[in-house]
Amino acid sequence: MGNQLKFIQGNEVCVEAALYAGLDFYAGYPITPSTEVAEHMAKRLPQIGGKFLQMEDEIASVCAIVGASLTGHKVMTATSGPGFSLMQEGLGYAIMAEIPCVIVNVQRGGPSTGLPTGPGQGDVLQARWGVHGDHSIIALTASTHQDVFEMTVHAFNMAEMFRTPVILLFDEVIGHMREKLIIPEEGEIQVVDRLRTSVKAGVDYHPYLPREDGRLPMSDFGSEHRYNVTGLFHDMWGFPTGNPGVVHELLRHLNDKIKNNAETITRYKEYYLEDARTVLISYGCSARSALHVVENRRARGERLGLLELQSLWPFPYGLVEEKCAMARQIVVVEMNMGQITRAVKRAVPEPERVVLANRIDGVFITPTDIKNILRLFQGKGV
Amino acid sequence: MAVKDYIRERFFPHLWCPGCGHGIVLNSLLRAVEQLGMSKNEIVMVSGIGCSSRISGYVDFHTLHTLHGRALAFATGVKMSKPELNVIVPMGDGDALAIGGNHFIHAARRNIAMTALVMNNRIYGMTGGQYSPLSGYGCQATTSPFGNIDYSFDIAELAKAAGATYVARTTTYHAKQMTEMIRDAVLHDGFSVVEILTQCPTYYGRRNRLGDAAEMMDWYKSHTTPIGSKAKEENPSLIERGVFVQRDKPEYCTEYDKVIEKARGGQA
Repeated sequence: MGNQLKFIQGNEVCVEAALYAGLDFYAGYPITPSTEVAEHMAKRLPQIGGKFLQMEDEIASVCAIVGASLTGHKVMTATSGPGFSLMQEGLGYAIMAEIPCVIVNVQRGGPSTGLPTGPGQGDVLQARWGVHGDHSIIALTASTHQDVFEMTVHAFNMAEMFRTPVILLFDEVIGHMREKLIIPEEGEIQVVDRLRTSVKAGVDYHPYLPREDGRLPMSDFGSEHRYNVTGLFHDMWGFPTGNPGVVHELLRHLNDKIKNNAETITRYKEYYLEDARTVLISYGCSARSALHVVENRRARGERLGLLELQSLWPFPYGLVEEKCAMARQIVVVEMNMGQITRAVKRAVPEPERVVLANRIDGVFITPTDIKNILRLFQGKGV
Repeated sequence: MAVKDYIRERFFPHLWCPGCGHGIVLNSLLRAVEQLGMSKNEIVMVSGIGCSSRISGYVDFHTLHTLHGRALAFATGVKMSKPELNVIVPMGDGDALAIGGNHFIHAARRNIAMTALVMNNRIYGMTGGQYSPLSGYGCQATTSPFGNIDYSFDIAELAKAAGATYVARTTTYHAKQMTEMIRDAVLHDGFSVVEILTQCPTYYGRRNRLGDAAEMMDWYKSHTTPIGSKAKEENPSLIERGVFVQRDKPEYCTEYDKVIEKARGGQA
């Protein structure tokens, strides 16, 4: 299968993976470094009879995909930095109204318009808390093109399974880098389809009444069941209410459905952790350099290991605690001022063992950068 | 079907103030749908935020109550993903033209087949009476205690310039005309806009000493005139009612079908 082997950009991988997962509707707005996602979608979607829309801004883009999801389609938008800020309103709506969708943020250096063509990982906490109000969120990431493919499919699966938006938090390095990709055969990665109601026409359908397992079967706009969808607190029919009991239950449900399924959502990779005394924790492009350092030091007999996180939210506290149990030192490698470092410190019993190795100047963190930082920590000087 | 078969009785009484014009709009809208003879399953109503947007909760269609100003953006996703659905988008004047102004002109520019109903009461009612982009120079509102210095949009002119292919204006006094316009707008194959002047006696009327609901509706009768009438020539301050634009232009979803055909090398 020669055509299954590609040498392409990460942004293009994301498009191919979304199509593999069953996407057939995309709306977006051009912004560096995510634009290639829109460009490839514009070409690929009509080829399969899907729809591509270039909207007037990122606000409209996220709103349009929510509308299209309600008619029964798998949907996505992609953006970067300032565009992700604009999408927070629609993201909150999708959380509240429980509409499956995937939002890609190919991170650049920020805040504000920041460094449009420079890499950064500064949107990790915005992904978690950018939306106002108490809520839960799923955010996934990847460090190689093969993983971009897998995590994109996983994002669609989680969105459909839990009726929620899922954020794919890539970065400029991953988005623009060209690397080998082997497109999996059909069926090689499981694709989860939407759970639709079995309630018959004429029988009262409750779009917001969770089943015992917490899942809510949907009904497409245009089919027999007509119901209301709103961003206000709502009852089981989707009609606005301020009833304190209903409000409480809904907010609990929105948070619990993610929290109680953290194991299904969590994805990670580990390298040489069995006997590691120094554990590096990293994700996205930074994990590439971290892995290089670990392999290099292992060759010299140093007991280094790497825990690569592929799901950032919900944060896998238990996993991090378990994998770091034997570590004398935990070094978090990320391209921000310690956004995941904070979470790692909360996860381990001795937070003073956790240190940050970072770059925040818009330049990709290299293995040499990490090695130098490790030497400083070890008191050896650069 | 009777008009009452199109409403969700379970969710009444509605939240509009006594004398509010929005109930008349709901009535005319339902009569238009009745005349169209469409199945309730074929209609999606998408609304934003404000008094006007609550109309979607009361009708027994597929209803999507969205974010302030964003109704047309959500509606574009619904229509584009399932073009066979009829999409009706009721909005307030602030909703459609302040926070939603950008979405409004771009939906018009694309000429996507949806019907925007702009329920223009010239005020932000739900937040208690602040001036909107349609309040008018000199009006009184809670945020213009010394008189408003903002000039208004002309919704019909704006819609026309942005590319809407059906543009009409009426008032709550002219309920039968409103029904006809909504019916024609829904049937129109392109982006249609119906501006409806609807009274807010609670905030706009009271602050600007325009009297009660009946007096405000009477004002609609005496201060509006059919497009191009002799009365307009004699008194240019009269507001014109009627259909400003009704023309054929390729519709967006249909155009995209051609894109799909090209992408597939001529195979639909």
